[in-house]
Amino acid sequence: MKILVPIKRVADPANANKVKVDDDATKVTSEGLEWVMNPFDEWSLEAALRLTENAAEKARVGEIVVVSITPGEGDTDHIREALGKGAERGIVVPAGTDEQLDASVVAKILAAVVKKEEPDVVLMGKQAADGDSAVAGTKLAELLEWPVVNYATNIATSDEGKTFEVKRELDIGVQTLKVEGPVVFTSSDRILRPDSIKNGVTPDDFEYADLGDLNSRLSNLKNIMAARKKPIDTMTLDDLGVELGVGTEYVKFTLPQGRSGSAEFVETVDELVQKLQTEAKVL
Amino acid sequence: MKQRRYLFEQDEHAQLRAEMRKFARNAIAPHAHEWEEAGIFPRALYAEAAEAGMLGLGYPEALGGSGGDFSHVLVAAEEIVLEGKSVGTCVGLGSHGIALPPIVNFGSDAQKERFVRPVLEGKKIAALGITEPGGGSDVAGLRTKAVRDGDHYVVNGSKTFITSGTRADFVTTAVRTGGEGHGGISLLVIEADTPGFSVGKKLAKTGWWASDTAELVFEDCRVPVANLIGQENAGFVAIMMNFVSERLMLAAQCVAIAELAYRETVAYARERRAFGKTLTGFQVTRHKLAEMSTRIAAARALTGECVARSLAGENDAGLAAMAKNTATDACSWVCDQAVQIHGGYGYMREYVVERLYRDARLYPIGGGTREIMNEIIAKTESY
Ligand SMILES: Cc1cc2nc3c(=O)[nH]c(=O)nc-3n(C[C@H](O)[C@H](O)[C@H](O)COP(=O)(O)OP(=O)(O)OC[C@H]3O[C@@H](n4cnc5c(N)ncnc54)[C@H](O)[C@@H]3O)c2cc1C
Repeated sequence: MKILVPIKRVADPANANKVKVDDDATKVTSEGLEWVMNPFDEWSLEAALRLTENAAEKARVGEIVVVSITPGEGDTDHIREALGKGAERGIVVPAGTDEQLDASVVAKILAAVVKKEEPDVVLMGKQAADGDSAVAGTKLAELLEWPVVNYATNIATSDEGKTFEVKRELDIGVQTLKVEGPVVFTSSDRILRPDSIKNGVTPDDFEYADLGDLNSRLSNLKNIMAARKKPIDTMTLDDLGVELGVGTEYVKFTLPQGRSGSAEFVETVDELVQKLQTEAKVL
Repeated sequence: MKQRRYLFEQDEHAQLRAEMRKFARNAIAPHAHEWEEAGIFPRALYAEAAEAGMLGLGYPEALGGSGGDFSHVLVAAEEIVLEGKSVGTCVGLGSHGIALPPIVNFGSDAQKERFVRPVLEGKKIAALGITEPGGGSDVAGLRTKAVRDGDHYVVNGSKTFITSGTRADFVTTAVRTGGEGHGGISLLVIEADTPGFSVGKKLAKTGWWASDTAELVFEDCRVPVANLIGQENAGFVAIMMNFVSERLMLAAQCVAIAELAYRETVAYARERRAFGKTLTGFQVTRHKLAEMSTRIAAARALTGECVARSLAGENDAGLAAMAKNTATDACSWVCDQAVQIHGGYGYMREYVVERLYRDARLYPIGGGTREIMNEIIAKTESY
């Protein structure tokens, strides 16, 4: 099974308080921010790794190609990170600026990459932790005329990705779908649960370790070193036949209001109710 | 605040740091205070550290390690300290770093399979036993006796201050198999389930609380000859070689602890107000912080130089001793100033700097005291 995993680099959401907007409030400035792999993409990368390995034998049985569309020169740090975790190959598409890479452009670029790479599955983040638009996956499927299943919580295949049984946990219950590849998936964080992925190769009783607060597995030095020898190809917009053209215009960015920073502890529920009435005046 | 790195660091060190940072934030930091107060961390952490690739660092892949060298071990330990914020946990997890090298360097293939691999997999815990109640600095004078009896050595004596001693599955132990002096010392791997081996007591310490430290007792403890590392009576060289890397490791821990104390203090001084301004509003505080970062940079530079030389094959015991003393002093001073800038909060147990201040006191003692370092320097300078 061959899976394409798109990876975006985003300003570390853990340091969201460092984000600033420029003077005319039409742009978020990235100065001094630490870039990390979009956490939602990390979930999908982990799911893709589990779909393409025999976890009991720690052996890879499929292929993962990670693709990153990166403003400017084409930063490959996060592709390397994914290669360290087990992906086989990387593709970097240096293109424009962050503002120019809206969901429609991203979907067009990814569609062009899919046509060249012909994966069985595209497994992508449900959204990017910066823009939160959550449309690139669906747009990509539309361009490819492929089925799309968003917010997958379980993915199972027993025929190397020809068909899948996918679960989505919704407010009204669990939905189970059968879908034929090639297909676009986006994943929910529940995809990281120890038993969310079945690939017909890893024994069904194999238990993945709980990842805790991690968004994907860690890579050790051996894998980091091995990743340095894995190929990363560059594909330009010319190669892909895609033109930048922004469909989205941002009118204004406003930073969230700072927290007032005062917290008070109360001993009893009565005291809490009283304070909510007399001081906070919300009851 | 600038994030300073060692001059020897390459791309892969940055990637390794990033992975170790995630591991420490996820698996250690949330429990740091609890484990330090409890005086122990869960045994299950060894397996997690193995899975995260921490335990295997610096060991060959053929033995189940994740490769790399000493430089990788040091930067990983630094991240574990900086992000895990529990020095005791870091040093407890790392006790194999002094217990395994003699086996890797001088042991047989069978011994490596038996002892090294399960430790790197996080299944067994290893400790190093050199120091005795009667003396630690004078290694050549150690008295734990091992007398050959057929296929066994019969060991009698005791060891103390042994890191991970209460739950180690085996102890790489220095024993006297021959006559007086350094020519009569051997290294035996003594397994905890050997009849005659017992853990005397868990010792209560100034710092390093999450790391257990024990006294070990050997009473007619019968150890198979197959557990002898290298040649009989040739253990002293292995012990001395081990000390050089241990000292660099301790120096690097000092750099990391000082760096953490400094970061905590800068953050605190930016927030805390006195006389209508933040503490960083006082020139005296800014200068103190500047001095702290200067001493850390100096300690980092010398430690880094020493590591680079050692990796290039230059074994300079004198320089390693200098690095240990320099880093130790920087760490002790920085932690003391960190407490001072925190005021009363710096004396309170829930503040990280209070704990670091106590942790720092070990370093001029463990792994060879400051005086012994000066002896080594004096000897290598041949005065
Ligand atoms: C928390 C902790 C963990 C430890 N972990 C381990 C471990 O895992 N394994 C292990 O084997 N050991 C361990 N040690 C022991 C440590 O290495 C020794 O404490 C150290 O080597 C000093 O030995 P000592 O305590 O017997 O002091 P002594 O040797 O009795 O020294 C006492 C004092 O005399 C000074 N002195 C001694 N000789 C001279 C000299 N020639 N010239 C001038 N001054 C001298 C010393 O510098 C010191 O100030 C640990 C110690 C601690 C505190």
